[in-house]
Amino acid sequence: MSAVMITRKVRKWEKLPGKNTFCCDGRVMMARQKGVFYLTLFLIVGTCSLFFAFECPYLALHLSPFIPVFAIVLFLFVMAMLLRTSFSDPGVLPRALQEEATFIEMEIEAANGNVPAGQRPPPRIRNVQINNQIVKLKYCYTCKIFRPPRASHCSICDNCVDRFDHHCPWVGNCVGKRNYRYFYLFTLSLSLLTIYIFTFDIVHVVMRSVDKGFLNTLKETPGTYPFKTALDGAGLCYDIESPVLVCFFTLWSVVGLTGFHTYLISLNQTTNEDIKGSWSGKNRVQNPYSHKNIFKNCCEVLCGPAYPSVLDRRGLQEDSPAPASTAAPNNSNNSSSSSPEPQAMKTTAPLIFNEHTPEDAKPSLGAPAQKSPSPKEEHPPPSKVPPLASPEPDVEASNIKDKSH
Amino acid sequence: MAETHSLQDLQQPGVSSKVFVQRDYSSGTICKFQTKFPSDLESRLDKQQFEETIQTLNNLYAEAEKLGGKSYLEGCLACLTAYTIFLCMETHYEKVLKKITRYIKDQNEKIYAPRGLLLTDPIERGLRVVEITIFEDRSVGSGR
Repeated sequence: MSAVMITRKVRKWEKLPGKNTFCCDGRVMMARQKGVFYLTLFLIVGTCSLFFAFECPYLALHLSPFIPVFAIVLFLFVMAMLLRTSFSDPGVLPRALQEEATFIEMEIEAANGNVPAGQRPPPRIRNVQINNQIVKLKYCYTCKIFRPPRASHCSICDNCVDRFDHHCPWVGNCVGKRNYRYFYLFTLSLSLLTIYIFTFDIVHVVMRSVDKGFLNTLKETPGTYPFKTALDGAGLCYDIESPVLVCFFTLWSVVGLTGFHTYLISLNQTTNEDIKGSWSGKNRVQNPYSHKNIFKNCCEVLCGPAYPSVLDRRGLQEDSPAPASTAAPNNSNNSSSSSPEPQAMKTTAPLIFNEHTPEDAKPSLGAPAQKSPSPKEEHPPPSKVPPLASPEPDVEASNIKDKSH
Repeated sequence: MAETHSLQDLQQPGVSSKVFVQRDYSSGTICKFQTKFPSDLESRLDKQQFEETIQTLNNLYAEAEKLGGKSYLEGCLACLTAYTIFLCMETHYEKVLKKITRYIKDQNEKIYAPRGLLLTDPIERGLRVVEITIFEDRSVGSGR
């Protein structure tokens, strides 16, 4: 018996081989490590709530009620951009299916000719001409594809990401083609927010000091914490409320980062290309993607078309790619994710072998709920599973047996 | 529904091979496919017909990724709403992708399926390739 019927619908995100976590049935996609992302959330929400709780009432009464209103709008925008950056697909390129990988492999072998035994085969590089510049496309051994220009493999998420910028632990996601503009707007609005809060913190302290004297202000403001920060060129040491402190340190890093990305956008470069010095002018190689016009570069990066995700994470999983004869017709039927017909999923079960290596097999399942990296321990395989099978078929088979009835 | 069934019946014979039309990066990272005619298809398909299909696809993708007033307007408006508008509105790109899916289905029914070929929508392969599946001749019978 090679085919088992399962009634549960399997969505494609459950089978994605990268090291990602998914929430809300595949709508949300993030990297595995999220600790720093929670820190970011905590810092932003914490600072802002201190500001809203302790400074805003006074400022609204004595200065203008529009101060908190504008702060709230800015805060909501920052949060929206942060969540959008963190939760969206950065532009992950799906790995090649079996046949495509074989096809590329054959092409490479044909291009290389016969390599004598014992000699290393030449590096897998394909040269393409882009706007009269030669660009090297490297072969990705994990994804089994020639990476498109500007794409790079993120070692943390184990995915090839289009127009890869960098992996940002602060937002807990890669920054790439699809979320770069959100990331930029996040840093930009966060800089504005920190500057805004910092300014009105100072204004608040100064106004109260004028009213009641500086020391009394510090005693009366419940948001006051004994942090010391050297602020003034005159060398004065102030005890100021903690938002000021957080803002002060955030200010330089975030504003600096915004400036750096503004520079990159105006040149239509990615951080990755900047670090590697791809277009640094050596060998007369210039950035072939730039429009040579700062304004047009900015427009393209910030207001260009919104690229859709090519992962189709919420699409229903079809047959494994391995049995090609059955996979092909299904593909044509399900070509749009909206096809409503409830298909009973047929799986040529425990024999499925994707191109995953065993270590890739772990993320493909169990990704949603698990906190610990080894799903094998969480799902103790039922006794029926043959002990010889490799990790992935193990889990898969156990899953199928659980679900079938 | 009827069409898909007839398609499926037609595809019962096994797959003899697949051809992958690669991306053409000569004009940048916009989505464009090579119009070079793969020799494997020579016995089944006209060169002209193939080029016409790929060219139409390229034009559609170019329309989707076109930079201009309309896309800038969409980008700026979306930005003003903190991109929440995309939760309830389809982007221009998505609309064109639907058009492409329809076009490919149409081409499959009219041209490719009768010749024992099947085009796969590039979006299903991450916009990396146009996959053309070549099926064995129907006379051979079920090839499983």
